[in-house]
Amino acid sequence: MHELSLLENVRDILEEHAVTQNFSKVTQVTLEIGKLSCVEPEALRFGFDVVMKDSLAENATLLISELDGLGLCQQCHREMQMKTLYEPCIHCGHAFVRITQGAEMKVKDLVVI
Amino acid sequence: MCGICGCSQTNQTTKLKPVVKQNQHLLTSAHGHAGHAHDHHENERLIQVEQNLLNKNNSYAAQNRAYFKQHQIFTLNLVSSPGAGKTTLLVETIKRLKDRFPITVIEGDQQTERDADRIRATGVQALQINTGRACHLDAHGIGHAIRELDVKDHSLLAIENVGNLVCPSSFDLGEALKVVVLSVTEGDDKPIKYPDMFHAADLMLLNKTDLLPYVDFDVEQCIRYARQVNPDIEIIKLSSTKGDNFSTWTDWLTERLSALP
Repeated sequence: MHELSLLENVRDILEEHAVTQNFSKVTQVTLEIGKLSCVEPEALRFGFDVVMKDSLAENATLLISELDGLGLCQQCHREMQMKTLYEPCIHCGHAFVRITQGAEMKVKDLVVI
Repeated sequence: MCGICGCSQTNQTTKLKPVVKQNQHLLTSAHGHAGHAHDHHENERLIQVEQNLLNKNNSYAAQNRAYFKQHQIFTLNLVSSPGAGKTTLLVETIKRLKDRFPITVIEGDQQTERDADRIRATGVQALQINTGRACHLDAHGIGHAIRELDVKDHSLLAIENVGNLVCPSSFDLGEALKVVVLSVTEGDDKPIKYPDMFHAADLMLLNKTDLLPYVDFDVEQCIRYARQVNPDIEIIKLSSTKGDNFSTWTDWLTERLSALP
């Protein structure tokens, strides 16, 4: 359900760009979704056709580019792969690792006519 | 059209005539053409967007935050699973603090006015937002609510979000702090099962502690889990119905409300 709200935001973004960039139809939408964002790509795929129905992106193809989680330890300043939001540093054990990649959820690009 | 944000307050979808499905071509370099052919529409073009899905919500949240700052309104976003005791906590908080500070409440639920009615029974102003099928409040709805309500300067605004430990964590409302309420009847591993919410929260209220003798809930383990996902989270243990340690919470609030310039 949260994914449906996000898809409505996608639709709003498309409609705003349709006005500023002068297009009337979207044939492909690429989303960039970080693996640490609380968004489930499958739920986006499931809801996409429903939310885009009767809009300028009806029947558009949805591509989802998933980004791995990366973090930077705030103590030893080394980078590490992150599977979840809250892992301690694998190098020094420090509890606070700042997420540097993986929280993204954005519209990357569109193919339009 | 709404004079505040320009929204129509109805379905904002631009209804365009449905079009016949075209053969879709993928213009990104990530997509190879090996093994299958595409029909290219001659007018197709690729547009870079690079726009966060939450941009719109975040810009409304920034407007709300600026409004709260200008009017010195201390705003809390209360989140929890359904039944953790947010409304009872608020009712008891209002009873103890309403003579010292003006308090306003925004209630979020999918349906009914029941929670707002409970708050109004204490004599303070409350507005109910029914989110319908949505599972969270958003900053746009809060922007409308604060203009409908007469929120006093130098006051407390408590926003009780929809009972849900998942979705509300993504939607900034413009609040000063996020407070997650966890009751001891829910299980001590909630912080690691729903880490996004506990990661986003500033304060955890561990509620219904009067029931600890009757449930299998390890308080220290729960606190360890909460700190594992959020080393900076503040934690207060209390019982809203029995009043145990409730003054620690009201003191916490009073300290912040008294600090408003």
